[in-house]
Amino acid sequence: MSDENRVPVLRITNLYKSFGALKATDGVSLDLYEGEIHALIGPNGAGKSTLIKQISGDYPSDKGSIEFLGKDLAGLGVADRAQAGLGRTFQISSLALEFSALRNVMLAVQAKSGSSFRFFKPVMKDQALIDGAMAKLEQVGLESRADIPAAELSHGERRQLEIAIALALKPKAFLLDEPMAGMGPEGSVKLTRFLDKLRHKAPILLVEHDMDAVFALADRISVLVYGQVVATGSVEEIRNNPVVREAYLGTEVV
Amino acid sequence: MTSALFIEQLLNGLQFGVMLFLMAAGLTLVFGVMGLINLAHGALYMVGAFACATVANFTGSFWLGLAASIVAAATAGAIVELVVIRRLYKRDHLDQVLATFALILIFSEGTRWVFGSFPLYLNVPDLLSGPVMLPGGIQYSLYRLAIIVIGGLVALGLYFLIAKTRLGIRIRAGESDREMIAALGVDIRLLYTIVFALGAALAGFAGALVGAIQSVQVGMGEPVLILAFVVIVIGGIGSIKGALVGAILVGIVDTMGRFLLPMFFQLFMENAQANSVGSALASMSIYILMALVLIFKPKGLFPAHG
Amino acid sequence: MVKLTKENSLNALVAMTLLVVPFIALAIDEPFYITLATRVAIFALAGVGLNLALGLGGLVSFGHAAFFGLGGYAAGILASHALNYEPIFTVPFEVNGTTEMLIIWLVAILVSGLAALFIGLFSLRTTGVYFIMITLAFAQMIYYFAISWPAYGGEDGLSIYVRNKFPGVNTLDPLSFFLIAFCVLMLAVLLVFVLKNSRFGAALQAARQNDERLSAVGIHPFNIRLTAFVVSAMITGLAGALYADLNRFVSPNMFSWHTSGEIMIFVILGGVGRMFGPIVGAALFILFEFVFGGLTEHWMLFLGLVLLVVVLFARGGLIGFITGKVRHE
Repeated sequence: MSDENRVPVLRITNLYKSFGALKATDGVSLDLYEGEIHALIGPNGAGKSTLIKQISGDYPSDKGSIEFLGKDLAGLGVADRAQAGLGRTFQISSLALEFSALRNVMLAVQAKSGSSFRFFKPVMKDQALIDGAMAKLEQVGLESRADIPAAELSHGERRQLEIAIALALKPKAFLLDEPMAGMGPEGSVKLTRFLDKLRHKAPILLVEHDMDAVFALADRISVLVYGQVVATGSVEEIRNNPVVREAYLGTEVV
Repeated sequence: MTSALFIEQLLNGLQFGVMLFLMAAGLTLVFGVMGLINLAHGALYMVGAFACATVANFTGSFWLGLAASIVAAATAGAIVELVVIRRLYKRDHLDQVLATFALILIFSEGTRWVFGSFPLYLNVPDLLSGPVMLPGGIQYSLYRLAIIVIGGLVALGLYFLIAKTRLGIRIRAGESDREMIAALGVDIRLLYTIVFALGAALAGFAGALVGAIQSVQVGMGEPVLILAFVVIVIGGIGSIKGALVGAILVGIVDTMGRFLLPMFFQLFMENAQANSVGSALASMSIYILMALVLIFKPKGLFPAHG
Repeated sequence: MVKLTKENSLNALVAMTLLVVPFIALAIDEPFYITLATRVAIFALAGVGLNLALGLGGLVSFGHAAFFGLGGYAAGILASHALNYEPIFTVPFEVNGTTEMLIIWLVAILVSGLAALFIGLFSLRTTGVYFIMITLAFAQMIYYFAISWPAYGGEDGLSIYVRNKFPGVNTLDPLSFFLIAFCVLMLAVLLVFVLKNSRFGAALQAARQNDERLSAVGIHPFNIRLTAFVVSAMITGLAGALYADLNRFVSPNMFSWHTSGEIMIFVILGGVGRMFGPIVGAALFILFEFVFGGLTEHWMLFLGLVLLVVVLFARGGLIGFITGKVRHE
């Protein structure tokens, strides 16, 4: 996949972030190409979440650069990066809990289709917003739950809703932080099938603990240990890499 | 302007700052440990002043009054905590603001009902009355000087309490991790009551000390409370050190602003106009200070939590 | 269309009652009740403003007295200059006072909006307790400024000797003035209702519920909140201008933090985030003051107790209590 002549959608170069004495990311470089799923794995505390937050704009980086579609993201906040085309889901679902599932997605459709500084037309009479949001709910199989407040959705449904919102943003790249977490076996299988197709819409940087899903989906895998990428390669290369086996697979996945 | 006058004003600013610290310490402690915003803190200041004035006028002893102020404010604080405040810890800030605003109404009107609308007067104790000669030939009020010294001692005591004693360790643990401290078997409800009563006692003590240089009346706590808010916003909410630095800063900026700004404007305006412009600007000076601090340090000078 | 829910019926009842009271008062020749109803309408208007920021946006502003007072002083200053035939300022161009309500309102709205823009730029960078304290502090700053600035009466306040004019209406007639205030109130409620359902309203409510989510879809919560804060202040400022006209007097007390607290009480007693909540809240407040104020001069003590009970035990305010819902969606 990593053809040297192609320009990556997302290129992370030498990224650092420390919290006091703790080096959460310690010189991370990785890239994401059109059409691929690049999985990021590593033991707990390896710095995966920090890296995702640096990319999404939650944390400013101490050093290094993040290039997205050829532009440096330095100095841009979360909202700017979302506008630029980073579609992100949260490790722990982050939704407007009083709003229905539909209105959560509508918010994303609204952000994508013109200004939020429109003060008079009621959103619930804006058929384009409703239809656009409904279509995304159908894609993730939540259409029957459209009118249910997010607070009353099950854990798995909230994860699906997060993905529907990310879809509605029509992103140029997905940033999925443990989308399978707590989904249950059946849900994971469904979601795996869904992500498999999704990569053709936009490439996915996938942080995931579910190794079955990672091995089934990933075009490339990077392994993060103590804030450093210890290996990057295809599924086979990573499975057979002695350093990875020792540092990670050997301890957690037998 | 003579340098003696300047130093006198500087000392007044320091004295004011020390008073503000006694108020702000309780506020910031209660916020840091319990996450509670307490508007009724000024009411406890008033309770202290009224208790001191009543007891001092009845017994003739300022010192008994001072002791009474601490006891009364701590008791009022403990009761309020047991009856109302502990129901608010898990509520959002809006509920806390409203409930403690309601407490102000209750305390103020209750006090007016009992004591009437006329101010009470509290005399400076004989031991501390009159001026004192400072090095350099500067005359200064002994009582105000005593307040500065007492305030400094209280700040030291508070530091010692929090840094060195068992109670202090628990308070600091309570700030960083509520579940952990409960798991350690510390009675967290009792701890909260103690912290609240301690903050109340400091406020009551401050009220009593100030009562002797101002009049003791209903509503006296409110301007001080708002200044104490400014202090802890500047210092960083939850930080005792921030409260001390912020209090001294606010005390001195406010006092010196009132003293210097009218003089400054007299340099290029007629006197009456300079006085009004200067004093109007002086009354805004600490808020401008706060805005400046927030531009550069949105969480205050000494952010307490991460 | 508007559905006939329990809350909507209650809202209609509330609005009708407020509208009918002055006519009854006129019929039984008790003009004082007209003034009470006018106060309810004006206080409710101030609350409707705060409710936009507080109820929809979750912005616990403890400084809305600043805008109420600025609106009031805008009215007072314009009118006093008009009556004295003195221009307000002459450099760089001459600006004269006026007694035309419509112009006064416009100025009140602009001044409050500008102040909110300035205060919001600082305070909205912070959240939670910091926001509460900073809004409070800015309002106090203006309060102390009003007290120490002697040109417009300083601590004593400023009297407006003639009620300002409204085209085609005799504003000195209490009922006519009430109707003006009532119409402004209804328009403001309508405006907030429309805003609530708009794209902007969706973003604002999302900002209250979860600003991380709002950012992640690419909308800046700060800009949304600042806009809401400014519009909210404008409505409360307009209420201040009407209040100045009602009393024909403005004083620094309009800026005091008790005023901020009271505006908040109007919102809370009725029910946070409910379109007609501030009207119910203001009516309860005035009724309470009238009934208990007649019995004892210490009625504020009982107000405090009632407020305490509402906050501790009746979340959702009176409307929430009657309709059985904690929050209106």
